[in-house]
Amino acid sequence: MGHTVTVTVNGTSYSREIEPTLLLVEFLRETLALTGTHVGCDTSQCGACTVLVDGRATKACTMLAVQADGATVVTVEGLAKNGDLHPIQRAFAKEHGLQCGFCTPGLMITAVDFLERNASPSDAEIRHAIEGNLCRCTGYHNIVNAIRTASAEMRQAASGEAKIAAEVQP
Amino acid sequence: MITHPFTYQAPATIEEAVQQLGKGDDAKVIAGGHSLLPLMKLGLAQPETLIDLRHIASLHQIRTEADGTIVIGALATHRDIAHDKTVRAKLAALADAAGEVGDLQVRARGTIGGSLAHADSAADEPAPTLAYDATIRAMGPAGRRDIAARDYFKGTFETALAANEIIAEIRFPAPAGRTGGAYAKFAHPASGFAVTGVAAVVTIKSDGTVERAAIGVAGVAAAAYRATEAERALTGTKADAKAIVEAAAKAANGITALSDLAASAEYRKHLVTVYAKRAIERAIQRARA
Ligand SMILES: Cc1cc2nc3c(=O)[nH]c(=O)nc-3n(C[C@H](O)[C@H](O)[C@H](O)COP(=O)(O)OP(=O)(O)OC[C@H]3O[C@@H](n4cnc5c(N)ncnc54)[C@H](O)[C@@H]3O)c2cc1C
Ligand code: FES
Ligand code: FES
Repeated sequence: MGHTVTVTVNGTSYSREIEPTLLLVEFLRETLALTGTHVGCDTSQCGACTVLVDGRATKACTMLAVQADGATVVTVEGLAKNGDLHPIQRAFAKEHGLQCGFCTPGLMITAVDFLERNASPSDAEIRHAIEGNLCRCTGYHNIVNAIRTASAEMRQAASGEAKIAAEVQP
Repeated sequence: MITHPFTYQAPATIEEAVQQLGKGDDAKVIAGGHSLLPLMKLGLAQPETLIDLRHIASLHQIRTEADGTIVIGALATHRDIAHDKTVRAKLAALADAAGEVGDLQVRARGTIGGSLAHADSAADEPAPTLAYDATIRAMGPAGRRDIAARDYFKGTFETALAANEIIAEIRFPAPAGRTGGAYAKFAHPASGFAVTGVAAVVTIKSDGTVERAAIGVAGVAAAAYRATEAERALTGTKADAKAIVEAAAKAANGITALSDLAASAEYRKHLVTVYAKRAIERAIQRARA
């Protein structure tokens, strides 16, 4: 029996009729052709499929698409705004936080959720946060560097915005 | 990929959910799906109907009742629990345990109700649920039923919950004045599940004597258990280093420990004493603070 679901993905609302067996990651990749979200294991282990669901980093292979009805989803394709890369994307490039790149979308999304709640994390906190994301190439060191660099840039941007807001105040 | 077809419902009330669950065809409820969906992918669970609890608003809540009882809705995620101010202040062993479950993404979706219903022997939250003497409140066709944590865990994937019952909430009595709690875990390096997880909850009197000690242990035996001999050994002492070591040494007494690739039964029993010591120490520190 088909179900009609409406999901907002990267700012666009999509209504589709789907089977309940369809996983969220299959909905994104196959129904919506957003292939930036990867499937590494399909067993909830690797985190390659991580997307934001209502702001929370979620393994999209371990959620049914019908469970996302009404939800707001952000995938790696939604990180850049008007052609400007997200600070986490710039930091992964700058710090050489990827080699083959297969794990990268999931790691960046996990980092975005984490940095939202912890603006100046320690390296130990960063490593704890990415326990659910496996990388077969980098050895993680440059990934940790990238997340730390992104956090610094995001703090700076936030304090810049606060300054501008304060200056604009009458 | 899930190949076995099923129908999906997402009722708005727990009464409707109970009714749908009771219809007879092989129906199962789904909460965070982080135990059930992996089993369905493997074909180890093949429900005909999934009843999603997510639209039942009351099940998401964490609230404190007038008498101080802290009520955690079955759908509260590990992440909600780990970050909740009241839980961190009053039920620190539960906040610790929830914060140690799996990884960031698992904590974002997995729920305490799902963890207690599934009752994996290596799950974390059963340990603090036992140590705080919580009550599991279930809803079934005959209405509401309260099950004491002590009577709830029966074995690996075995509980006192009936197939036609749904956990609505987990009720934690308000801990007495100077109570401290902590959870210490030896995580399986690959899966993250508990090879050993010890929740200690200790109440001290104004003169520093231990008035009550409760120790819940996960990961070690087929079902999470209370280390009653260790509790008795600690009670009435001043909780000095010697008393803590002596109590912790009894935390696996009388237990048939599991044995697997991660740890032999003998090693598990050793780990319990080490992690019991760490949990008790931190709980006492917090009680004194
Ligand atoms: C990669 C990974 C790592 C993990 N690591 C850990 C870990 O370290 N420690 C740990 O404790 N857990 C771990 N888990 C398990 C996780 O905590 C699950 O979230 C939890 O065991 C089940 O909760 P859920 O909400 O996902 O339940 P679901 O998967 O939705 O359901 C599980 C079972 O419980 C039943 N159920 C769910 N809710 C209710 C209810 N309210 N009433 C009655 N029955 C109900 C379902 O019918 C099903 O049979 C891990 C899981 C994964 C995928
Ligand atoms: S593909 Fe989802 S966790 Fe690996
Ligand atoms: S860069 Fe290849 S898996 Fe991480």
